[in-house]
Amino acid sequence: MKNQKCKGMQDLLPEDMLRFRHIEDTFRTGCLNWGYQEVRTPTLEYLHLFTATGTLTPSMLSKVYSFLDWDGWSGERVVLRPDGTIPVARLYIDNLSGQELTRLFYVTNIFAFEGTGKENRERWQCGAEFFGGAKLAPDVEIILLAEEVIRRLDISDVGLQLSHAGLVKALLKELKLSPGEEAKMANRILEGNWQALTKAKSTNPEIDRLIAALLGLKGKSSSFLHNVRASFPKASQDFKSSLEDLISITTLLDNLGCSYKIDIAEIHGFEYYTGICFQFLAAGEKIGGGGRYDNLVPLMNGDDIPACGFALYVDPVMKLLPLEKEKRSESEILVKGKELAPEILETCFTVAESLRDAGHPAELGFTGRDESNYRWVILVSGKEPSPFTLTDCVQGRQRDAASMAEILKVVSEG
Amino acid sequence: MKDYRAGYIKLALPKGRFLSPTASLLAEIDLGFQDYSDKTKQYRLRSARFPGLSAKMLQEKDISIQVAVGNYDLGICGSDWIEEFLVKYPAGALVKISSLNYGEGSIHVVASAEAGIANLNELSAGRNDYRIVSEYPNLAEAFALNLRMRRFRIFPVWGAAEAYPPENADLAVLWGKSGAHIATQGLIPLKRLLPVTAFLIANRESLENKDLSQILTCFSSKITAGPQTSIENELDISEELKVSRPLWQAKEINLALPDGHQQAPTSQLLKRAGLALQGYSEEVVSRRPSADLNWLGIKVIRPQDMPLQVANSNFDLAITGEDWLREHLYRFPSSPVKKLFALSFGAVKIVAAVSQEMPVADIDELRSLVQSSKFAPLKVASEYINIADRYLRDNHINPYKLIPTWGASEAFLPEDADMLIDNVQTGKTLEQHKLKIIDVLFRSSACLIANKDSLASSDKKEKMEFLTRKLQAGL
Repeated sequence: MKNQKCKGMQDLLPEDMLRFRHIEDTFRTGCLNWGYQEVRTPTLEYLHLFTATGTLTPSMLSKVYSFLDWDGWSGERVVLRPDGTIPVARLYIDNLSGQELTRLFYVTNIFAFEGTGKENRERWQCGAEFFGGAKLAPDVEIILLAEEVIRRLDISDVGLQLSHAGLVKALLKELKLSPGEEAKMANRILEGNWQALTKAKSTNPEIDRLIAALLGLKGKSSSFLHNVRASFPKASQDFKSSLEDLISITTLLDNLGCSYKIDIAEIHGFEYYTGICFQFLAAGEKIGGGGRYDNLVPLMNGDDIPACGFALYVDPVMKLLPLEKEKRSESEILVKGKELAPEILETCFTVAESLRDAGHPAELGFTGRDESNYRWVILVSGKEPSPFTLTDCVQGRQRDAASMAEILKVVSEG
Repeated sequence: MKDYRAGYIKLALPKGRFLSPTASLLAEIDLGFQDYSDKTKQYRLRSARFPGLSAKMLQEKDISIQVAVGNYDLGICGSDWIEEFLVKYPAGALVKISSLNYGEGSIHVVASAEAGIANLNELSAGRNDYRIVSEYPNLAEAFALNLRMRRFRIFPVWGAAEAYPPENADLAVLWGKSGAHIATQGLIPLKRLLPVTAFLIANRESLENKDLSQILTCFSSKITAGPQTSIENELDISEELKVSRPLWQAKEINLALPDGHQQAPTSQLLKRAGLALQGYSEEVVSRRPSADLNWLGIKVIRPQDMPLQVANSNFDLAITGEDWLREHLYRFPSSPVKKLFALSFGAVKIVAAVSQEMPVADIDELRSLVQSSKFAPLKVASEYINIADRYLRDNHINPYKLIPTWGASEAFLPEDADMLIDNVQTGKTLEQHKLKIIDVLFRSSACLIANKDSLASSDKKEKMEFLTRKLQAGL
């Protein structure tokens, strides 16, 4: 019987891993340069960690991989981490909440069931979270950090879209729905169904006008928001303060030369966000996103600590990275025996070891491998007076060598 | 491989509550099966009218699963079991064709009158850890998630969900004829999840590829727009109801006694032990019998559910079967449940059996047969999922697939499963169904189990020892 991979799971082959590591390294370097520290959380968490905040939608929670552990007779379910931020918030509350500011980053996999089995059920993301501090500066920091990482990855035509969860929540409140209706409407919006909002007729024509304007218009600078502010002087206080927040963020981004598009209705899945939300798009796909989530830490029984963060989605980014020419430089030298006699093999191992000790990656060759990928090929014949033949694959020249010292000398000199 | 030949159609028919209305309906639409009655010993039924149509009688819980996996093209079962399946596997191969418009009552979310939960808003806003007991764990979980309950635990039970609140559960998801009917059990209906009616269901692949039209035409006069049965999302506040509050107070020691087959011998044992109970005789069974000992609380629940309930300290002692204790301990090896001693009744053998036509005499020969990939993966039907899983692993049967059943696993062989792991008393039933035993896993009888922490507790120790001494004397 053929071995089968689980539906919705993926193998990462050597060339995939080259790209994966490139993304990871770029992200790690970026984060470390900005003063973020790396953390890692366990794969298994209690399910109630994710239900406790009341922020994840039922449709997302119904797709988690949850089960009873071997000691789960109390009915306490565990879950394969379905989200990156909530476990890091738990780690922060449990261990680091005494600090005034905490900047953390992680590379992790998350699990969510996907019905067709054609999309990934295990996905990777690189995330950064900023706990503490005031608004504005961390918001802009996290956007610029994300933007820098994506820029260094050389992905072309990346667009940054901004929205604001506070604005959406203020609009929802204005509709004056029953708590049940409001929760349902919020679920629809979170799943990307913004039409639901336009269909919900409010009693107040001013609100309908506001909804229509915000969902319809797309701005490219803070001026757009100034215009909105001027056009709707009667909007609620909640709406106005969220608008001011977005204005100050976009003004700072304008001044720093960061381009973006404001599109309130483009963002979904901002479940726990309370303030600015953003996402990066490339080739029509969402490659990253984040925002401010001030209520999450207090909802998880932590102190009243504001926070924001972002995640870069590794799987779509891997597809967009230009195919790099296979980097085989790791094994720049091939050491092979003329025959597979034990004495010759022994010499091969010794030669390769000496080369690696001297800092030259060396691979052993046993069969007729293509030698064109290597810088040097060392053929071990074992026959005195010159038991070694060195081929310089770049220059296309061959020479004999009598000793290990001679080989090292030639290789080191290039 | 699926058989798409026209005219060769398999239908799954319900036992139990829907048997007689379904039999009447089938007779009425001229699709009758001669032996389809609760008296029959036959699981396999042939249609008098359509030579290519065969039917099998199954437990309702099994029908939605069996139709979904494609062992049956069509099936009839209650909307509750269909939704229990669909809410967990919405992308599955189960298609609802039509309500057949018989059935009664609804699935409700209920709370105990004692719990002080008056409406759903309190559940979603609250930070309590709610314990939800149900025969419908998937519906219960979907309900909790839809309500965005912050913290909850689901306790799946085989039955008697109404007996758990308030001390052993905060909420239950269960069937009730009406809100008033639920109120008579001392429970407050918080929300009606769905009405229970019989449904005609089909396997998607069969519906798409196979000509079922002759059979479906028979049903055409019955196919109407039935009541809505998917889960409603409305948040509703319960109507004003007169809830009868059962007399209940916390007791020092809690004992669980079995309902069903084990009830009569347990009742006799208690009598011999000199423990007088009211409400636990063959004539009158109450969910909460009372004892002369004022410190002893007693509840009657399913033996299958007892080990888990004892592990959770809902009971200190319980009378169950060794089979169910083992099933529990294989799943939760560090569970604090302990067998104290075996009782003198309920003796059964847990066996592995296959069709008499399968050319194997023991498990070793079966292993070779599976390895030769004639029966790979081996399909094993069992109501003891964890016992079966361990047995197959220990015997290096590979690959295999487990089909969970709710009793009467013999109905699955040979068409829908290759082997069963089940309990037998005499083995006669197996013989009648042309099956043979190839291995005895272990022998089981009723036993007294206890929570280890309770046994070690200085408050409880003395009284528990008193009780166990009495029971031992009754043997």
